[in-house]
Amino acid sequence: MVLSSERTSERASEKGEAILQAAVHASEAARSITRKKIGIPKEIAAQERRVAATPDTVKKLQKLGFDILIEHSAGDAAKFSDAAYKAAGCEIVSSASELWSNADIILKVQPPQAHPNGQHEANMLSSHQSLISFIWPAQNQDLVGQLSNSQATVLAMDAIPRISRAQKMDALSSMANIAGYRAVIEAANQFGRFFTGQITAAGKVPPCKVMVIGAGVAGLAAIGAAKSLGAIVRAFDTRLVVKEQVESLGAEFLELSFEEDGSGEGGYAKTMSPEFIEAEMALFAEQAKDVDIIITTALIPGKRAPVLITQAMVESMKPGSVIVDMAAEQGGNCEVSRSGEIYSYHDVTIVGITDFPSRMASQSSQLYGTNLYHLLSDMGGSDDFKIDLEDEAVRGALITYAGEVMWPAPRAEKPPAVVKPAAVESQSAVEKLGEKPGEKKAASPVVNWLGWGALLSAVVAMGLSAPPSFLSHFTVFILACFVGWQVIWNVSPSLHTPLMSVTNAISGIIIIGGLLQLQGTAGGGWTATTGLGAIAILVGTINISGGFLVTQRMLKMFRK
Amino acid sequence: MSNNLVTVAYIAAIVLFILSLGGLSTQETAKRGNLYGIVGMVLAIGATALGTGATNYGALFAMIVPGVIIGAVLASRVDMTEMPELVAMLHSFVGLAAVLVGIGNYLQPASELGAELVGVEETIHLIEIYVGVFIGAVTFTGSVIAFGKLKAIISSKPLTLPGRHLLNIGLLAGTVALGFVFMGSSGGVQGTSGLPALLGMCGLAGLLGAHLVAAIGGADMPVVISMLNSYSGWAAAAAGFMLSNDLLIVTGALVGSSGAILSIIMCQAMNRSFISVILGGFGQGAVSASGGSSAPGGTATSTTVEDTVELLNEASSVIITPGYGMAVAQAQHAVADITKILRDRGTTVRFGIHPVAGRLPGHMNVLLAEANVPYDIVLEMDEINEDFGKTDVVLVIGANDTVNPSAMEDPTSPIAGMPVLEVWNAANVIVMKRGLSVGYAGVDNPLFYKDNSKMLFGDAKANVSAILAQMQTVDAKVPAMAG
Repeated sequence: MVLSSERTSERASEKGEAILQAAVHASEAARSITRKKIGIPKEIAAQERRVAATPDTVKKLQKLGFDILIEHSAGDAAKFSDAAYKAAGCEIVSSASELWSNADIILKVQPPQAHPNGQHEANMLSSHQSLISFIWPAQNQDLVGQLSNSQATVLAMDAIPRISRAQKMDALSSMANIAGYRAVIEAANQFGRFFTGQITAAGKVPPCKVMVIGAGVAGLAAIGAAKSLGAIVRAFDTRLVVKEQVESLGAEFLELSFEEDGSGEGGYAKTMSPEFIEAEMALFAEQAKDVDIIITTALIPGKRAPVLITQAMVESMKPGSVIVDMAAEQGGNCEVSRSGEIYSYHDVTIVGITDFPSRMASQSSQLYGTNLYHLLSDMGGSDDFKIDLEDEAVRGALITYAGEVMWPAPRAEKPPAVVKPAAVESQSAVEKLGEKPGEKKAASPVVNWLGWGALLSAVVAMGLSAPPSFLSHFTVFILACFVGWQVIWNVSPSLHTPLMSVTNAISGIIIIGGLLQLQGTAGGGWTATTGLGAIAILVGTINISGGFLVTQRMLKMFRK
Repeated sequence: MSNNLVTVAYIAAIVLFILSLGGLSTQETAKRGNLYGIVGMVLAIGATALGTGATNYGALFAMIVPGVIIGAVLASRVDMTEMPELVAMLHSFVGLAAVLVGIGNYLQPASELGAELVGVEETIHLIEIYVGVFIGAVTFTGSVIAFGKLKAIISSKPLTLPGRHLLNIGLLAGTVALGFVFMGSSGGVQGTSGLPALLGMCGLAGLLGAHLVAAIGGADMPVVISMLNSYSGWAAAAAGFMLSNDLLIVTGALVGSSGAILSIIMCQAMNRSFISVILGGFGQGAVSASGGSSAPGGTATSTTVEDTVELLNEASSVIITPGYGMAVAQAQHAVADITKILRDRGTTVRFGIHPVAGRLPGHMNVLLAEANVPYDIVLEMDEINEDFGKTDVVLVIGANDTVNPSAMEDPTSPIAGMPVLEVWNAANVIVMKRGLSVGYAGVDNPLFYKDNSKMLFGDAKANVSAILAQMQTVDAKVPAMAG
């Protein structure tokens, strides 16, 4: 059932195409008049190596109709040279102030802060400009006020709502993914042994055991990276829904014999009951003695990170073990971790660094730049660039607009828990659909019985009246039908066409009838019978040779 | 050659035919299977020709040699996209041969049958002839019409005459009535005076076959072709009964059940009963019934060749779901080249084939095989349906109803319950199509309006070739890609 009306509708669709093309021309014309400028400043925060656009994402942005200005040496720390940007069609601007004053839209990584040239970045914005970067509005209330004073439009990449449509713009997830990977690499760097177990001539090496606490985006990335280095990976999360994801990566999901699900809003975890936390801590204390590396990623939005690894647990760990505390910036999951530092405590190396994505600046710039591209594409590109307050993704990310503080966005989105029953419902709808043909069949048992009855009486009548010669042929016929039935069901569906052509050739066997008729006339004279038989032989032979040869030709084409 | 030897040769031929069909269960054994079939056929014909001890070899060769040559020429010239036409034509030959053999057998003087048939045996023999000729005639005209439709000589739209069901019933009734006339005026002393009735029935059966197939639309052709395949088998079996020849009976039964199974598979793939397909006229009433209620909202986004290439460049897994549109546009070679480029870069490329894609069971597989696509990446619907969720890009090339989500989502849709390729679960879907028109079933396709699907309008071949050209230049520019 494919496209049969394609041919007939050709003319209509050609017309549609013409209209479409006209529209494309019109939009191209409009594009050439108002090309908006995007400015990419050099990041000024200490230890920040990322940049908001790479030569690759720049090309994508240009396709949306933007012109790109980039500050001199903006991509150096991420290993993207000015020359590469120039080759991608960017204009290199020598100073930050020139860039900020010329661009319509500023794309940045870190929130605006005081620039070495004496000005605060927030003050360099003017009312007609837009800024898109990480803002962290909850932590940076003063900055939000400063930004709204500038009358500029500001969108925070960290405030993009976690809805499926906005996944492609979700910079938190893409950065968390990188951070999780890098956490394992940092751990491996500090860890004095192999990750994978080996049996070598010089002796047996046991595999490294890694425990990952928190199986969010970062946790899952860490699990995947540790697993692919060959470690034995265990993971814990209060949200039972992630069990499947953890196991799909080949890790063991640690479970408490305790019924409480910690799924909170927006895919984050909520705070758990004291009883649960007690059971959880007992599990960690037990695991700490066994594992070599602990990677913690537990964050609760807007709160201090929960302490999961106590001082006593650290002391119980084997010498040479490593703890990577990815929540160090928010207070740390480990009681003794120090934000931004790597140090040794009781022979356990505690990694508290906070700039994981920045340590992989090429990769993170590329993904962050792509997130930005998707957001700008969602906002209409250069031609139709606008703030659509109806667009959930844009509304969620909007911090200040026309001098007003727009954050936080009103909650229109239902919590994800509601989605579940809906999914179940649609599944049952599908099941109902599946039942349909069954119901049809069930409705006609009477017809079925009538059919069987008729068949039975026909067989009995045949047995009573038919001569033995016919019955013996009939036996052969029925047996052959069953053999055919069994054999044909085994035929691979991809060989159905060769099956048809070969059965075609075989059914040319009917020329035997013609042969018998042709030969039957012993005298060799021509009668109506021999004439008809001869023609039957001719067409039947075409069938046989054509069928077999075309089958052979087709089968030769099938190759691995 | 003695009769017993002939019988032994027949048994050998039967075994070889069964092995031949059994060989088609896998690609590895299929070629050997075909050889078994050829050997079996040569054995059967040779034994028959030598076994009867008759002399008319001159006439025999005069018929067989040109037949073989014509068949060989047809087989070597045919394009793989034209396979449905060839198969339909070959079916018509079997039908024609069955009619000729049947009439010839009726006209054969009783003395030459070896023994005079009397009483019930004679009645049964006459019934066998009558049924054989009937099936043969239906197969013949039906296949001719199917050929015409496939070749686009006849419009592929279903022909819906007013009262067409009555017409069919009338033709059947006429056939039965003529059957009584035929039986009454044949046999014994009456000789062959039933010939006019037999020929009249030929006419009615021919009309019935033609009308049955004419009422079936182009995209139901896979069912029609399998059905005719089945009929041609039954025609051969009927000929076997009238000639008391077990080889013909067995072969006919094998072919008949093969065609029947294919018909069942095709019908299941469309979630329709065999009867409803045979009665024809599908896709006509459906439009008015559902047109208003199920119009999907939203707009279809169109995309460009450049963006498609970019998506493909970035994808790590791609599934291509071709339909009849790919065959019409002859795009399979360009599709195969794209597949090769992507696979050389390490991208996973697979094909998802719906059982009724194309105009012949397995048609897409043959087209892709012709274009050198390895058969182990060409998967059936059931094998691949679960994997769409893990796929980055799906290319839908000239398919419509087989990828229509309303089959699963909209219980009121005329195609509700039909198993479909769940392409919409993939991250991106590119639909190559000439326009937004409905498919064969006359159902609008909500896939086109989904957020993750984009339309690439235009001729499939032109678009696929443009994609290929861009990918080749990309590869030339970035040789690092390969390393």
